[in-house]
Amino acid sequence: MTSVAPVAAAPGGPTTKGGAAGRPSVAAWLVAVPFLAFVGTFLVYPTVLVLVGAFQDSNGAFTLDNLTTLFKGVYFDAFVRSIELSALTALIGAVFGALLTWAIAVGNPDGMLRRTVVAASGVLAQFGGVPLAFAFLATVGFEGLVTKFLRDNVGIDLFAGSAWLFELPGLTLVYTFFQIPLMVIVFLPALDGLRPQWREANASLGGTSWTYWRHVGGPILTPPFLGALLLLFANAFSAYATAAALVSQGSPIVPLQIRGFLTGEVVLGQENLGKALGLGMVIVVSIAMGVNVLLQRRVAKWVR
Amino acid sequence: MGSLVKQRVLRTIILLVLGVYFILPLIAMAEFSTRGRNNTRSLESWTAIVDDEGLMEALVNSLLLSVTSAVLMLVLLVPTMAWIRLRLPQLQRLVEFLCLLPLAIPAIVLVVGMAPLYAWVNYFFGDSALTLTFAYTILVLPFAYRAVDAGLAAIDLKTLAEAARSLGASWFTVLWKVVVPNIRVALIGASLLSVALVLGEFTIASLLNFDTLQVQVNLLGKRNAGVSIAVSLLCLIFAFVLLFALSYVGQRRRQTVVEE
Repeated sequence: MTSVAPVAAAPGGPTTKGGAAGRPSVAAWLVAVPFLAFVGTFLVYPTVLVLVGAFQDSNGAFTLDNLTTLFKGVYFDAFVRSIELSALTALIGAVFGALLTWAIAVGNPDGMLRRTVVAASGVLAQFGGVPLAFAFLATVGFEGLVTKFLRDNVGIDLFAGSAWLFELPGLTLVYTFFQIPLMVIVFLPALDGLRPQWREANASLGGTSWTYWRHVGGPILTPPFLGALLLLFANAFSAYATAAALVSQGSPIVPLQIRGFLTGEVVLGQENLGKALGLGMVIVVSIAMGVNVLLQRRVAKWVR
Repeated sequence: MGSLVKQRVLRTIILLVLGVYFILPLIAMAEFSTRGRNNTRSLESWTAIVDDEGLMEALVNSLLLSVTSAVLMLVLLVPTMAWIRLRLPQLQRLVEFLCLLPLAIPAIVLVVGMAPLYAWVNYFFGDSALTLTFAYTILVLPFAYRAVDAGLAAIDLKTLAEAARSLGASWFTVLWKVVVPNIRVALIGASLLSVALVLGEFTIASLLNFDTLQVQVNLLGKRNAGVSIAVSLLCLIFAFVLLFALSYVGQRRRQTVVEE
């Protein structure tokens, strides 16, 4: 298979350097083969297929048409909407998540509260998916608990304007339910890193709570906060399951556009447009991740 | 003193507001799934879970997948990573890059490239949902890699391996009798994480047309929202119990280290 190529190419480069253990024998390299073959086949090969396919027309010839189409009409709109949705929910998630993280970080580190919040955050942040969509139907869907309560007791019809739950505002609301928890998981180690001595030093020098956060806590937490913000953005941008379960008609965001291409609503001659959309997503996510890496590298220099 | 009181008030407000925000949907799920006809309460939706054959089959698929994926992940990752630390440091960066790569490639993009690949997989292995093991092992790599890497970093692998080798142990014995027992906590952590991830996976299964728990829950929701909501609530609770247990696994390690 073609996937063998990247695998075989891999050991070539680094051997010349030679390691601390001396030059490994051929047999030593063989141990790594199953792992590299597997990852080559099921990760590298599909990825290459998408990245290369984005530059091919239906006959496999080189073209830039797929990519230029991304900047037009519904596809461009979907990217703009996806980025807006991700940025907005990343911001909401980061702010409220940071507050929640602070609230559990000042408590007992082995306490029940912290344990519960961290475990629940893990569930919602990483494994929510489809169940989250149904949680929303049960709460603010047409027949949801809150919808019914407001309709029967307060006289407010949540759906008076439109079926917002199944459009962008609904997605924003649902996404906060995995963005806030993700912030807790990502940000908690940073808050745990604040030493109580710093606070005491600030107090013994006559500082207030404000001076502490302004001159000590704030500056130290800003880089991890920004890093978490970027991670949340990438997370929302990549998310598919919740949106797919909630929105069955129309494709307001890029992942749902890709679904359209996979489930067969393909216009002749545009078979590889789905791959171009995929390439676009990888580029956006990589930019967010790359900026994060640069940011953390910068910080590592300052901290030293 | 004033600031301490302020802090406590602020903390209580945050916990209350966000607590309600996150618990309300759970209550709503419990309420919705116990609705009967004419404003009565009934457990119909919950008993329907067991009666639904499609759902049960999908659940079995998902449970089997969570085991096969965790096993394949351990078999591929543990020997390779231990070997790289011992004999092949040159591969360290490449393996780390490959393991973390799925974080930069959204599942929805990966599935675009996997669709043609799975035509071959299903040709060779049949079209059982269990073939998803391959895709899921890739998905859990970043999380598993971090857990196993932390486990290996915490032990003096080189000394342990050299001691065992000088006593005549084969490499397999080193791996099985020395490495694995020493990093078992990390391995349990990595496995629990992959189990939870696989049970919650929807993107790849649904777009490759395999019948897993989440795919069925989503399909069922179109006909009978009550049952889907009941199963969703069960999924969330099950994942919570799994991760809650995981937090104790980590702690026991901390305690034993202190005792030693």
